[in-house]
Amino acid sequence: MSDYILEMNHITKEFSGVKALDDVNLKVKKGEVHALCGENGAGKSTLMNVLSGVYSYGTYSGDIVYKGEIGKFHKIKDSEAKGIVIIHQELALSPYLSVAENVFLGNEQCSGKGVIDWTKTRAKATEMLAKVGLEDEDVNVPVSSLGVGKQQLIEIAKAMAKDVELLILDEPTAALNDEESAKLLEIMLELKKHDVTMIIISHKLNEISYVADSITVIRDGHTIETLQKGVDDFSEDRIIKGMVGRELTNRYPIREGVTIGDTIFEVQNWNAYHPEDPNRQVLKDINIQVKAGEVVGLAGLMGAGRTEFAMSVFGKSYGQKISGTVKMNGKEVDLKDVRTAIDNKLAYVSEDRKGNGLVLIDDIKKNMTMAALRNFFSKNGVVDSNEEILKAEEYKKLINVKANSIDQAVGSLSGGNQQKVVLAKWMLTQPDVLILDEPTRGIDVGAKYEIYCVINDLAKAGKAVIIISSEMPEIIGTCDRLYVINEGHIAGELMKEEMTQEKIMGCIMADNRKGA
Amino acid sequence: MENKKVVNIDMRQYGMVLALIAVYLIFAILTGGKNLSPANINNLIMQNGYIVILAVGMLLCVLTGNVDLGVGSIVATCGAVIGIGMVDYGWNMWIAIIAALIVGLLCGMFAGFFISKLGIPPFIVTLATMLMGRGLTYVLLKAQTKGPLPNNFVYIGAGFLPTIKVGNIDLVCLIVAAVISVLIVLAELKSVATKKKYGFATNPTWQLIVKDAIIIGIVWFFFYKLACYSGIPFVLVLMALLVGLYHFITTKTVAGRQIYALGGNAKAAKLSGINTEKVFFWVYTNMGLLCAVAGIVLSARNASATPKAGDQFEMDAIASCYIGGAATSGGIGTIIGAVVGAFIMGILNNGMSLYGFSTDLQKIVKGAVLLGAVTIDLVSKRKK
Repeated sequence: MSDYILEMNHITKEFSGVKALDDVNLKVKKGEVHALCGENGAGKSTLMNVLSGVYSYGTYSGDIVYKGEIGKFHKIKDSEAKGIVIIHQELALSPYLSVAENVFLGNEQCSGKGVIDWTKTRAKATEMLAKVGLEDEDVNVPVSSLGVGKQQLIEIAKAMAKDVELLILDEPTAALNDEESAKLLEIMLELKKHDVTMIIISHKLNEISYVADSITVIRDGHTIETLQKGVDDFSEDRIIKGMVGRELTNRYPIREGVTIGDTIFEVQNWNAYHPEDPNRQVLKDINIQVKAGEVVGLAGLMGAGRTEFAMSVFGKSYGQKISGTVKMNGKEVDLKDVRTAIDNKLAYVSEDRKGNGLVLIDDIKKNMTMAALRNFFSKNGVVDSNEEILKAEEYKKLINVKANSIDQAVGSLSGGNQQKVVLAKWMLTQPDVLILDEPTRGIDVGAKYEIYCVINDLAKAGKAVIIISSEMPEIIGTCDRLYVINEGHIAGELMKEEMTQEKIMGCIMADNRKGA
Repeated sequence: MENKKVVNIDMRQYGMVLALIAVYLIFAILTGGKNLSPANINNLIMQNGYIVILAVGMLLCVLTGNVDLGVGSIVATCGAVIGIGMVDYGWNMWIAIIAALIVGLLCGMFAGFFISKLGIPPFIVTLATMLMGRGLTYVLLKAQTKGPLPNNFVYIGAGFLPTIKVGNIDLVCLIVAAVISVLIVLAELKSVATKKKYGFATNPTWQLIVKDAIIIGIVWFFFYKLACYSGIPFVLVLMALLVGLYHFITTKTVAGRQIYALGGNAKAAKLSGINTEKVFFWVYTNMGLLCAVAGIVLSARNASATPKAGDQFEMDAIASCYIGGAATSGGIGTIIGAVVGAFIMGILNNGMSLYGFSTDLQKIVKGAVLLGAVTIDLVSKRKK
């Protein structure tokens, strides 16, 4: 018997002539945490879909050897019956059903045929939750009342209820904050002790080096290498080298030739209240100012109020009872709605590109010109479609959107390319000030680098750029100056030379002590 | 290497047109050519005029991801206003028309207000206007038919443009057909020239010739048949103007683009500076106005206003949009598609009547066609 629980040998999968996977090999030992790394579009998800039976047996070539026998999975149910469970990035929970119901969704605990045994369901759900560290959770509350972190754990509990032996986690921490992520990783290590084998896909390389026993790197549909913990170099730089095929000497491109100008954007005494609770103050007396050519970060923990601040400034898109003044180029402006904000040359690139940024069924061109259509691509309300095509082509080249044509639907693009389209959309409104909310969330290293280059170009062109990011290295690597936001107010301001993760956390901690 | 970009015409785009031709030819065989007669072609246009007008407005609602169920009732209400005004109060035709348009506009604004300002789901609001509009019509007309309406008004629904008859053939029809043919060719040449100027991909010449030849062929067929009958119906002119106007709005204007963006992703549209409330308000207000236009045409054609008028028109209009390729989730659909959809329904109705199907059977067939057309459309997209 080999000690491999899973061997995927020479897997090749084509989509209408294009090889998404080309002779890929993956060997996973029993009881280990195996990480799958690669840029977006490298073929990680395709490989997992082959494994779980989303692409049925026969549509690919090569073998899947699972527990010593060849797996022929035609649908997800087939692989689940063998103990392979995949947890996708988008959670598959029904928000208004209770925790217990969700744990046994599709796997209901029945007394008779089709009659649910509620006592058994609740008891077993509690048991499953204990395995993922949620033993104190009430199994009768609706899932929607819990945070994303707990929901992710419930997904794992759901997998446990199916007697999982091989658990696949696709970007499990993408939507979690640092604390929740840390907890999830601990749970994974706990599960490992109970002989659950896991495959994890993640862009957060620090997490991978922490939790994984071995790493397989995939690039452009090929297996590049497999690294073993304790044998090979497990550092982030080493993994990145495998993923991009070259050493990224600097993850953040250097910004040169920028002249910092006058203050062009100023927010003073900004206050706002929660949209559903008029007594809950979300933002308190925020004052910030940004100069032309300057890149300023808003650092802070999740839920600190950074997105809320940006959206409330951007045409009052968040909150109620908003007060305070906004000055653009020294002149006070009333940004009463999004349209006015755009007309005053402010742009806000949302953190949720699919939900708030793009019309996925529309093509690249229409998405790019969506916000600028009124001001720059029309005359008396009639669209100048030729000008529109030209500009879309120009920006596709300028920021390197990888797509066949500008007529391709954005829903079919990878995350990094979608993000570039959203950026282009706001660059086309010719703003003076851009607020970029999590501009690199969920996109791969190469695309991140390209986005940082775009940010540098914007600064060079004399724009003021504000970056909101939960990844502290990113904020430190890209910004000239940063504000630390904590619990809805400014907890500190750091200049380039004093930026470290410790200093940022220090500001937050000091602020928390003051508040307590 | 020659720097020339060529793309083939996407046949799927014309699938519904081919289906339309196929349905027409099938009934031509079944009815022994009865549906090809000049009188029947004329009927086809007059009977389907108001459905086309409603389908055009309905498409905008469908693009937002919703429907308007109140359409049939508002048509009847506007008809009632005309009937009462002209018969009971002796209003001048123009005053009656303006009154009907105002009533339609107000009905649309009423629905638009609840939908956009108060955020009530359109399905509920228009279900309410459907019941209220029908009830109001019965109350206004005291459940009786008002008529007959004067001849100058009836012209709108049943009249023809002036004719110049040579033998049995109307020259005006032929001239119009010739003008349209020339315009089609000119438009195609201009579009090719623009594409070349900007260096965009063009279609192979032979494909364009075949496409235009088919379109021009259909135009001549229709106008020749009309020429053999009484000339160009006024309804056709009205319909063509409205279809042209709304095609322009949906494809070429900022307002049109905003409707598509709203239907595709309302949150993204809002954060792109699109006033989604305003878009909703005007889409439903516009629907009310077009209901009034349809109400005028319908009452003119019947020369009377009846409380049952416009019954289930909303269903025909909605079905036309979906048969024409619109998506229930919003953001996808075209005016031309909706018009083709309306004509497929119309040709089916007409053909089945000529063939002798009862109206009960006709409903079964119409339902099956709606289901079949949408199923084929969705399944073929999923395969891609």
